[in-house]
Amino acid sequence: MNAIGWPNWRSLNQEGIVFAIAVVLFAAAAIGLPGFIDPNNLVAIVRSVSVLGILALGMAVVIIGRGIDLSAVAIMAMSVAWYLQLLNSGTPDGLAFAYVLAGVIAIGLLNGFLVAYADVPAIFVTLATGSFVFGYVRSQLISQDAVPVPQGHWVELLGGLRFLDIPVEVFIFAGLAFVFFLFLRFTKWGRYVYFAGDNPVAARNIGIPVRPMLVLRYVLSAFVALVAGLLTAASLHSINTRIVNSTLLYDIVLVAVIGGIGLSGGRGGVRNVLVGAALIGILLNAMTIIDIPLLYQNLIKAAILLGAIIVDGFINPRDEQTAQQGDI
Amino acid sequence: MKIIRTFMAAAAVLAVSVFSAPSFAAEDPGPAAYSQALKGKRVMLIPMAMGFDLAQGWAHFLKKEVDAWGGTFETRDPNWVVDAGAQAITDAISSDTRPDVLIIHSPDLNSYAKLMKKAQAAGTYVLLVDNPANFPADAFVGSDWDRLGQLEAEAAIKGCGPNSSKKLGLVQGDQANSSSLYQYAGIMKVLEKNPDFKVVAKPDSNWDATTSRNVTTTMLQQNPDICAIIDFWDGDATGAAAAIRDAKLEGKVFLVTTGGGEKTADCDKLQDGTYGAVVMTDLARQSGDMNALIKFLLQSGQPAGTSKTYIYTLEKATTKADLKPDSCWDLKALQAEAAK
Repeated sequence: MNAIGWPNWRSLNQEGIVFAIAVVLFAAAAIGLPGFIDPNNLVAIVRSVSVLGILALGMAVVIIGRGIDLSAVAIMAMSVAWYLQLLNSGTPDGLAFAYVLAGVIAIGLLNGFLVAYADVPAIFVTLATGSFVFGYVRSQLISQDAVPVPQGHWVELLGGLRFLDIPVEVFIFAGLAFVFFLFLRFTKWGRYVYFAGDNPVAARNIGIPVRPMLVLRYVLSAFVALVAGLLTAASLHSINTRIVNSTLLYDIVLVAVIGGIGLSGGRGGVRNVLVGAALIGILLNAMTIIDIPLLYQNLIKAAILLGAIIVDGFINPRDEQTAQQGDI
Repeated sequence: MKIIRTFMAAAAVLAVSVFSAPSFAAEDPGPAAYSQALKGKRVMLIPMAMGFDLAQGWAHFLKKEVDAWGGTFETRDPNWVVDAGAQAITDAISSDTRPDVLIIHSPDLNSYAKLMKKAQAAGTYVLLVDNPANFPADAFVGSDWDRLGQLEAEAAIKGCGPNSSKKLGLVQGDQANSSSLYQYAGIMKVLEKNPDFKVVAKPDSNWDATTSRNVTTTMLQQNPDICAIIDFWDGDATGAAAAIRDAKLEGKVFLVTTGGGEKTADCDKLQDGTYGAVVMTDLARQSGDMNALIKFLLQSGQPAGTSKTYIYTLEKATTKADLKPDSCWDLKALQAEAAK
């Protein structure tokens, strides 16, 4: 903003553009679509992107540290499917949860270790561990795609939990977003994530424990995936591992990237995730109200994404100073 | 000497055949012919995925029969990936142990048409199960999806009642799978005859429960007076059910869906009121139809690709009121039986 209050177009970045698109869409939908502005519908919008947003928070921290976690959806679905399978076959709750938590942390550690210490690119490591998690759990630990939540179990009760008529996952999303914000903004290790993502070599040279922190980020991402999976099961009273084949993983990356978190690392924050999630949520809700067929929904989603990227390219042209090594 | 020996041998043979003649007469030639035609034949099932109730049920009943007549039964698991299914069919056709009967659960109308033609050209009978395709397979076994849609619509209209808002919501699958397209066509046919009933929204779930929940939430938000929702598959109808539960419209919105008739997926949910009506596939009968066709084709001697039969499974909409102990089959029980 300059003195007379006009936005400074030169400083408008992708986050700003996407935010503007989201606001315009919101305004248009509020005027044009009956029932859109209804408080219950607004809650439904936030809720519909809560699980996506939670996963995107985990992804964001990994991407800011110049990595990517393609195993997130596999961990989310398979950990919870295994947990429910254990419960259904009579394993005591505490023990079952301990197994699953240990498994989730182990996969996070494996991801982090292979990326940090074996120097394998994150995209390959997590792609492989994601497939491994899916294949192993699906073939060895569970007997079918959909695993129901046992009746009366706390996961089922969690799904019915409401405060002020707002579903619990909205609060968990908000809470996690706040925690991630505090972590990235105000803790030493949070700030280190940016240093390590912006320039890992320099970060290491000034004495930042780059490698242990990298491992931590993947463990964090895996844990967030478990939370997202539990919330999904809580709402649907079952988990379907078919979700691993869906476009959810791309949607997670989409939410993070469209909000302005550069895939090259070192930039962005929780706000970007919220902006990205808001756009996707408003868009999907409006298109559902208008009753646009799924095929066209995907087309419109992709067109808006491309538009945002193209406008970003015009406003913030890349040159030698802004480009980074490892830019994708 | 030679002549005497020949005579003696002839006499012996005569004697044996005379004395054993009665037992020969009682021998039914059927089983021998049956066994000869079927023994060692290979049957392969390639569903869209092995991880869901229908596929596991088919595999159970098929394996039982094929094992019994001395054949080999195999499955391939493409895990919902169309390419992986195509690869499995290609591998099956070109392998040394080419299956004699290939049972394919097609993901859409066209993907596997060329491959199925190739299989028939190689001499493999092709059965299509559950999902029709634009291909003259030796036989199609499964639901008449158009009829199934009609049954769903009739159940929804009945569930709504004459004094309701007469507003229906649909949660379709996608716009590629024949089961979704034909189901929609069937529903529309019934609604044409009942013009006072209107579809107020018809989003797609892409067969995903979370998407189903989100679109149903929006649908109920926009039209709180909807009296019935038809979700096109019980695999994602749990999402629509969650949306109804969240909107506190349980008992007010009649949820209709369709599925494989598995106990936890369908009957338990009818029992607890999650679903109002489910059009269920009679899995044992459907598998029985497949078994009969396999046995017929392998004995018929006719070349693959020369017949074109449609065996539609009898379907009906089941509600809580007409639930019987045998309305559903129990996957857990089948798995326990298989593990023995």
